[in-house]
Amino acid sequence: MDQPKNKRYGMVIDLDKCTGCGACMVACMAENNIPFRDDDTDKLLSVSWMHVYRLSNGKPFPQAEECFLPRPCQHCEGEHGHSPCVSVCPATATDYDMHTGIVSQIYTRCFGCRYCMAACPYHVRQFNWWDPVWPEGMERALNPDVSVRMRGVVEKCSFCYSRYQTALNRAYVEGRRELAEEEYQTACAQACPAGAIVFGDLNNPRHRVHRIVQPDLAHGGRPRNPKAFRLLERLGTHPKVYYLTGRDWVRRAGDNEVQKS
Amino acid sequence: MKIDRRSFLAFVLGGAAGTALSPLPWKLTDDISIWTQNWPWTPVPPKGETTYVDSTCTLCPGGCGIRVRRVEDRVVKIEGRNDHPVNRGGICPLGAAGAQLLYSPWRVRQPLKKMDGRFVPVSWEQAIGEIAGVLRELREAGTPEAVAWIADTDRGTTAELCRRFLTVYGSPNFIRTPCAQDAWETALYLTQGQRATAGFDLERATFLLSLGSGLLEGWGTPPFVFRARGALKDNNGRFVQAEARLSKTAAKADQWLPILPGSEGTLAFGLIHVLLKEGRERKPFVAAHTAGLEELKRQALQEAFSPEAVAQATGLEAKAVVELARAFAAAERPLAVCGRGAGRVPGGLQETLAVHFLNALVGSVNVEGGVIAVPEPEYIRWPEPEMDAVASKGMQTPRVDGAGSERYPHARYLLNRLPEALLQGDRPAVRVLFVSGGNPFYSLAGGERTEKALARIPLIVSFSPFLDETAAAAHYILPAPTHLERWEDVPGAAGYPKPVVGLARPVVPPRFATMPTADVVLRLARRLGGPIRAAFPWESHEACLRQTLGPAWETLRRKGFAVEEGFKPQPFETASRKFEFANADLKRLAAFRPLPAPGDPGAFKLTLVPFDTLRLTAALGAPPFLVKALESEILLKNDIRVEIHPQTARDLGLADGADARITTPQGSARVKVYLTEGIRPGLVGMARGLGRGAHDRYLAGKGVSANRLLALVEDPSSGLEAGWGIRARLERA
Repeated sequence: MDQPKNKRYGMVIDLDKCTGCGACMVACMAENNIPFRDDDTDKLLSVSWMHVYRLSNGKPFPQAEECFLPRPCQHCEGEHGHSPCVSVCPATATDYDMHTGIVSQIYTRCFGCRYCMAACPYHVRQFNWWDPVWPEGMERALNPDVSVRMRGVVEKCSFCYSRYQTALNRAYVEGRRELAEEEYQTACAQACPAGAIVFGDLNNPRHRVHRIVQPDLAHGGRPRNPKAFRLLERLGTHPKVYYLTGRDWVRRAGDNEVQKS
Repeated sequence: MKIDRRSFLAFVLGGAAGTALSPLPWKLTDDISIWTQNWPWTPVPPKGETTYVDSTCTLCPGGCGIRVRRVEDRVVKIEGRNDHPVNRGGICPLGAAGAQLLYSPWRVRQPLKKMDGRFVPVSWEQAIGEIAGVLRELREAGTPEAVAWIADTDRGTTAELCRRFLTVYGSPNFIRTPCAQDAWETALYLTQGQRATAGFDLERATFLLSLGSGLLEGWGTPPFVFRARGALKDNNGRFVQAEARLSKTAAKADQWLPILPGSEGTLAFGLIHVLLKEGRERKPFVAAHTAGLEELKRQALQEAFSPEAVAQATGLEAKAVVELARAFAAAERPLAVCGRGAGRVPGGLQETLAVHFLNALVGSVNVEGGVIAVPEPEYIRWPEPEMDAVASKGMQTPRVDGAGSERYPHARYLLNRLPEALLQGDRPAVRVLFVSGGNPFYSLAGGERTEKALARIPLIVSFSPFLDETAAAAHYILPAPTHLERWEDVPGAAGYPKPVVGLARPVVPPRFATMPTADVVLRLARRLGGPIRAAFPWESHEACLRQTLGPAWETLRRKGFAVEEGFKPQPFETASRKFEFANADLKRLAAFRPLPAPGDPGAFKLTLVPFDTLRLTAALGAPPFLVKALESEILLKNDIRVEIHPQTARDLGLADGADARITTPQGSARVKVYLTEGIRPGLVGMARGLGRGAHDRYLAGKGVSANRLLALVEDPSSGLEAGWGIRARLERA
């Protein structure tokens, strides 16, 4: 069998379709054993791989508009094939997988210095300040494919890497080396009732993500679709999460350094 | 050997340098981090075989298909079924968090009986025996009608068994909890003569006008409505939301019309006014399939519904009303919907009729992209039970809630009228209340008065699997298994335009000594004996389900659902065989009048408007994942935040995040304020679903319940609950 070509897994989130319902957040929590606490209202301390932000156009009533922006890990590719967090990690606890384009997080290597959190411009990384505690009985709902993180380590979205491994194992058993588009989907993309999240291989012209974004792979995957944009594009982090919108103010909110006209 | 300063320093520095160069510090750091990562209290989920089981979600009236991932006998994840016609793989946050309900620590583990204010475990035998004893006494006293039953649905075998039990026992008081379908079902019956639920072909509409419906906040079946809105976007359709606040639905609409709250019905009549005045109704449809247009003209062409008057009432410009009417009429497949927020409050019947008339004028009734009368499922065909004299006499007594009475002949259930009925007389009209779903102690508005009224009932039996507010107030809790542990037929999906039946199955064996509510009914019947026993020839609920479904049982068991793909709506069943804008029944209804928010506007300068969010729940308590996902704009620490406009805040001297006290004629509560440009000045927006008196520690005691601050408002045309807000005062605390 041929060696499979490298993948560049990425996501497109249509902000005009997203309704801010939160199904992606909950599906992610269930899939990835995200802990919860008595009080999770301080969102800076609350661990959530997927977070839905509320954006506002800042105009007075009744011109006020709002938009919801789901934010998973952006899985930056950077200029040299790694993300800001990978560059700074002293423990090699986070790494860029050239085969998939996924930025990993290896909890048992992490010693909690939080340098990566400072380096990440998207606030996707969260630190476990507390031991994860499940009320009696509820630990039965934990997913054995994803390890439970302990106090003192940083965690973040992995594009549901365990689902990739499961899908790949199944393919191997069936004598295949390539995954079909629908075989590997993240929990959030699968759950989204509005169909706002599309996930797939940006390198594969047949995948929906590629067809929607039309990435310019020679230039860090910049989108050719005029409706698509990436968060803080000017930083050159080359994220693999793209957003779609027809609203100008939403696009401008995607880069807070851009002059508001 | 002499240790001088020089050799001491050399020893210390040399030692330090040597240690630093050795692997020791690095090894130690590593060991410490490994040690801290292996606390025995960090759980390691056991591995095992992964299997998937298809079922149907029964957490809301949606009936989405779910795919449950199990590892051995543990449920670890719930996903949407890709091949299910209703949700096509999508799932709402509550459905996705369903495993947390199964494994919730606030589940009731065995039958409980309240003694001296505390719950003590009792056996099923004892609990059912004692309740049967009370029922027997009431029957012997000749007052079987003093038993009432509140359920969150009136369809499916469980609900039908409960109703049948009440019937042969002799009580007409089976009450379904209120929802927007109450008003829609009555509207369909009065205009089309059809006993049906309203389905909305949202996927194929090209212009969607929502009069305050929280289409993206729990209205109908959320994954279906969400998908339909995506389809509307893909088809370049238009979606207009008329609502006082920039809800999630309004934020995602193509146009937000920030109308004054409570003016939805007036706006609907205003649109009818413009359509008729300008002759924009679909003449072929109106001529061929409707009757009574002249009467509608008399009603809608009044000055009160002219664009200028409607502009005054709604806060819009007259031009905007006219333009909206024209755009609606010009669209290929226009569709108007109503039912405020998640549709848990029915709203006024005349208002729903106005919206339905609007659809009929543009031909969007029982056609593609319109309102569809979805017939009630007919698979339950049990023989009429034999009634004894006590039962027949009891069934002749008027319903305690006044539904079907002279005053409200078309209403079927009026739970909102129960509290007042209970407060009459020395002895409450209801002596035994069964509650299987709906959690009325929490979800009914009316504050302390409602609670006081319900608490007058001497015997309350809750079937809740969880210790919710109603269970906490009950005298017996006979816990049912959760939605992942029992068989249940699920007819229909709220708002879905085709007949569909789903089957929920036990995905895992029951965790505790629970019993399906239908089985409790069968046991009670057996205890009571005589004709009551004879009316229930089934061994168990499962046996009843098998027998009732007949050949469909195997299909449902295999496939999980049955949908009538080629379904065509039935012709109108009115006397004229047409859609009737006017008839004798409609004429008898109290005329349309916008209902004001209760309270004195002089003493209460603001208006409190509740809103729904998918990250909280109504009757059921929100599981921990939902509370975690809740925005800090709604809950901050233990305080609920209320939305007010910055202008309102300035007038009151309140800053963002300030502590405040909200007071309504019903009660008072502490809140924090959240300033937003997304709400009309003068309004106070408050999320429904917090302020729980029971449930787990992740939810209990957080915020306040909007229902406690709201009053019950009775619609004069139908008796249905129609409250949309209440006058309020907000002060710095």
